[in-house]
Amino acid sequence: MGSSSSGMKDVPDAQELVQETGFSAAHLLRLHERFEFLDRDGTGELRPEDFDAIRELAMNPIGDRIIRAFFSAGKETLDFPSFVRILAHFRPADKNRDRAQQEPANSRTRKLRFAFQLYDQDGDGKISRAELLQVLRLMLEMQVTEEQLQCIAERAIQEADLDQDDAISFDEFKKSLEKVDIDHKMSIRFLK
Amino acid sequence: MGHRGNICVWLLGSVLLICIVLSVKGEAARQESHPMSSSNQTKQEHSSSITGLSIVTFKWHHVETPYLILVWILVAFLCKMVIEANHHVTTYIPESALLICCGFILGGMVWGADMAQTFKLQPTVFFYFLLPQIILDAGYSMPNKLFFTNLGAILIHAIIGTCWNAASLGLSLWGCQIGGAMGDLDIGLLQYLLFGSLIAAVDPVAVLAVFEQVHVNEVLFIWVFGESLLNDGVTVVLFNVFDAFVSLGGPAINAAEIVKGIVSFFVVAFGGSLVGLAFGILISLLTRCTKKVQIIEPGFIFVLGYLSYLTGEMLSLSAILAITFCGVSCQKYINANMDEDSVKTVKYAMKVFANGSETMIFVFLGISAIDKTIWVWNTGFILLTLFFILVYRFIGVFFLTWILNQTRLAPVELIDQVIMSYGGLRGAVAYGLAVLLDENKIKEKNLMVGTTLIVVYFTVILQGITMKPLVTWLKVKRAEQSELTLLEKVQNKAFNHILVAIEDISGQIGHNYFRDKWSNFEERWMSRFLLKPSVRKNQDQIFNVFQQLNLKDAISYVTEGERRGSLEFIRNEHAFVDFKKKFGDDFSEVMPYIMANMPDNYGTMPADMRRDPVPTVSLEMHEQTMKGTRENEDIDAHHLLEQHLYKSRKQHRHRYSRSHFDVNQDENEVQEIFQRTMRNRLESFKSAKMGVAPPKTITKHKKEQQQKMPNGKSSDKAKSYHSGDEDFEFSEGDSASGYDPHYGSAPTRVTYRPGAGIENPVFMPDIDPAAPTQIPPWLVEAELDSNTVAPSQRAQVRLPWTPSNLRRLAPLRISANSTDSFVMADVPTTEQRDDDQLPPPPPSPPNRDDSHL
Repeated sequence: MGSSSSGMKDVPDAQELVQETGFSAAHLLRLHERFEFLDRDGTGELRPEDFDAIRELAMNPIGDRIIRAFFSAGKETLDFPSFVRILAHFRPADKNRDRAQQEPANSRTRKLRFAFQLYDQDGDGKISRAELLQVLRLMLEMQVTEEQLQCIAERAIQEADLDQDDAISFDEFKKSLEKVDIDHKMSIRFLK
Repeated sequence: MGHRGNICVWLLGSVLLICIVLSVKGEAARQESHPMSSSNQTKQEHSSSITGLSIVTFKWHHVETPYLILVWILVAFLCKMVIEANHHVTTYIPESALLICCGFILGGMVWGADMAQTFKLQPTVFFYFLLPQIILDAGYSMPNKLFFTNLGAILIHAIIGTCWNAASLGLSLWGCQIGGAMGDLDIGLLQYLLFGSLIAAVDPVAVLAVFEQVHVNEVLFIWVFGESLLNDGVTVVLFNVFDAFVSLGGPAINAAEIVKGIVSFFVVAFGGSLVGLAFGILISLLTRCTKKVQIIEPGFIFVLGYLSYLTGEMLSLSAILAITFCGVSCQKYINANMDEDSVKTVKYAMKVFANGSETMIFVFLGISAIDKTIWVWNTGFILLTLFFILVYRFIGVFFLTWILNQTRLAPVELIDQVIMSYGGLRGAVAYGLAVLLDENKIKEKNLMVGTTLIVVYFTVILQGITMKPLVTWLKVKRAEQSELTLLEKVQNKAFNHILVAIEDISGQIGHNYFRDKWSNFEERWMSRFLLKPSVRKNQDQIFNVFQQLNLKDAISYVTEGERRGSLEFIRNEHAFVDFKKKFGDDFSEVMPYIMANMPDNYGTMPADMRRDPVPTVSLEMHEQTMKGTRENEDIDAHHLLEQHLYKSRKQHRHRYSRSHFDVNQDENEVQEIFQRTMRNRLESFKSAKMGVAPPKTITKHKKEQQQKMPNGKSSDKAKSYHSGDEDFEFSEGDSASGYDPHYGSAPTRVTYRPGAGIENPVFMPDIDPAAPTQIPPWLVEAELDSNTVAPSQRAQVRLPWTPSNLRRLAPLRISANSTDSFVMADVPTTEQRDDDQLPPPPPSPPNRDDSHL
């Protein structure tokens, strides 16, 4: 492919990003290509509409949510470093990384945080019943009636809600998924 | 000690039985040695029978073959039973090893009786009758998701690993022979390779038998299990290829033949898998339309499963792979398509067959050892084989896992690799193949058979025994049981979506992409094609978990309710035996609970009902059955309920004709009622949990009840009275005099009893639910009531005093039982009355039959 000709110098802040996210230079390059491919009008920034071009994403029940998760609150654009930082959540955890530095994006907590914010639309740090219900509605098929949905949401909250505030805080969320191998479930092999 | 005595009895019994078998068999053998004369004899008997009618004749030859087979099966089963009875032994030594040892003993007995080896494992019997059942079961109960996510690793281990094992062993042995390590043997390179290929495969039977007891983590388990299952197919294919090469003879083999051999290897393996898939789809399709023939529904699975095996064999494709993939591919669809009972039947029957033939195989592996002809001893050959097998297994597993670990998210740890290598048990497949060797082509067949047997014994017995300590010692990650929670399930689904989306966004096709594509395809086409329309919608996992959890809740809710309310009441009641049941207000108490259960009980669980109304009917009658459950208190209460939910339904069915139960009409109604009550219960559960005030009907209803009761006291008062009385009662022990007056008061209760009608649930199932006019008034009440059950009120009232009661009550209750005769003497009047009130059960079945006819 001709892509190899576009060297590292095209990638903005390449060195820092490699440092920060742990991606290899080759990965970064590939992601940058992808970024440019998605950025059709060549502004160097992605808009939510750009993601719509990915056909498969439209079939993803929570695709919209995931797209939204790429954009920090209030912003309508996404530059390459942020794009990479988000994707860094999905790197498999690396074993020999010194603990001294700030928690990497692919740590268990950060991965969970990413999942958590898919629910927490209003950003108050809690998944309310309504928020959970919305996601459930997206993920469950049409055969499940509204009433059943409510029951499911009700139950799910009851399960996780430890402080009885009728909502799931991040800590509660984390606790309820204690047994799940997050590193396994929230990692993509080729981003290693 | 008693335990041990029991075992001795069994041992004795089985030994006796074996003696009988031997004598019968010896007789048979003797007769067989003169086939002509015996047939003459029978002819004579026939001709002579004309002259005089013999009342009883001994026709051994009519039944000889099936009889012997069955007796052997019985003996094998008895062996297993004896072994399983010694639980403290099976925790250290795996069952398979013990079964082989049993085989040794049995073989020794046969030898002692016959001085010849008359029974051994025939390869035809093994490959056509014993093996398919095991493989089908393994395929059918395969954890599919785990299997397919690890399919790559499994295939690599199964195909490359097996080829490596075969080639390395064959070549090394050949090298050693040239080096002169084994003396003078007439075995060529090709024959060594043939031997290597037959002994290369890890045996699923042996591996499963050991690993099932060890409970290693799931990745390790599926690797070992999947590998052993698939490499059986591979090894058979390999064996056939080399067998053909050996027949061709060394000089005739050129490059073209070798290429043909490799091609045929893949054709046979993948062709077999395809045959299996085809049959799997066929089964799934068939189960879509077996609703009308539910009785034989499970039969289809077995027949078609076996047919897939035979078809594979017929087309000279890999039959083992065919039946494996048949089981793997159809399990999801048939489990969804078939009736719940049929699924259960299939599962059980498969386990019966698989376990049975596994037992047979191990026993006969032991028996086969007692045969002078196969023991051609060659120390070098045997020891070297053992050594190479172990070493090459380790090398192969480590190397392949190292390659696989390069791309794995979670690498397989070194310890797991050790266990996997060490778990390379060889089994009956190797033996079966060894026996299949052609003596004319391979001069040293007996040496090979003997060596194979030694390898099997060594791996199954020694490695099997040491496996468990090794697993503990190396601290291998064990499988953990996790309780499934709703949020977890939801989140797992969400994770999958997220990963797919991220892969899409980053524009690379990865693992998740394929999984997503497959599940889409599966949902859109496979499910539509293979699943009944009615079950398709139940496929959503989150919803399934939700339903399961709800069911669990409903059960625990009832348990809880019983514990706090009626059940405790029952216990109390039981302690006083006759105290309260005289008083009407008790009915109003128990009622909501019983009533809540009633619509269920109505059709599906008479046994459960029997339990509830017991105290109000007659305790003595049921004490025997209830004693055990009470002692274990609420842990068992949960269990009990669950068990009753199913068990009683079966009991219910016994009333129908033997060959056929008419499920359709009745079952549907029962189902409907069941669902309705479940919904009701859930609703009330919800309201109780959410703190919604219970509907006012309950209070109203209660009042009505109390007004009806002549002795209508408030329940609280009654209770405080009793609780005060308790101490007195217990200090006195089980004085019958204490009971008398209350029995005396029984008649008053009886007068209004029919009105209250609570005790009637016992015969409720007999009333035809189809006729609405027949629904008795109390049932209607029940419907009302089931809406309004709220545990809180009564529970609150009771809680303060009951726990202490219970503790004290327990011992006394037992003692009360022990003096039954004493109490009984006073009781008969009540008991009889109770009997009268219960309409005798027999009359009702005819009713039912009428309605069906």
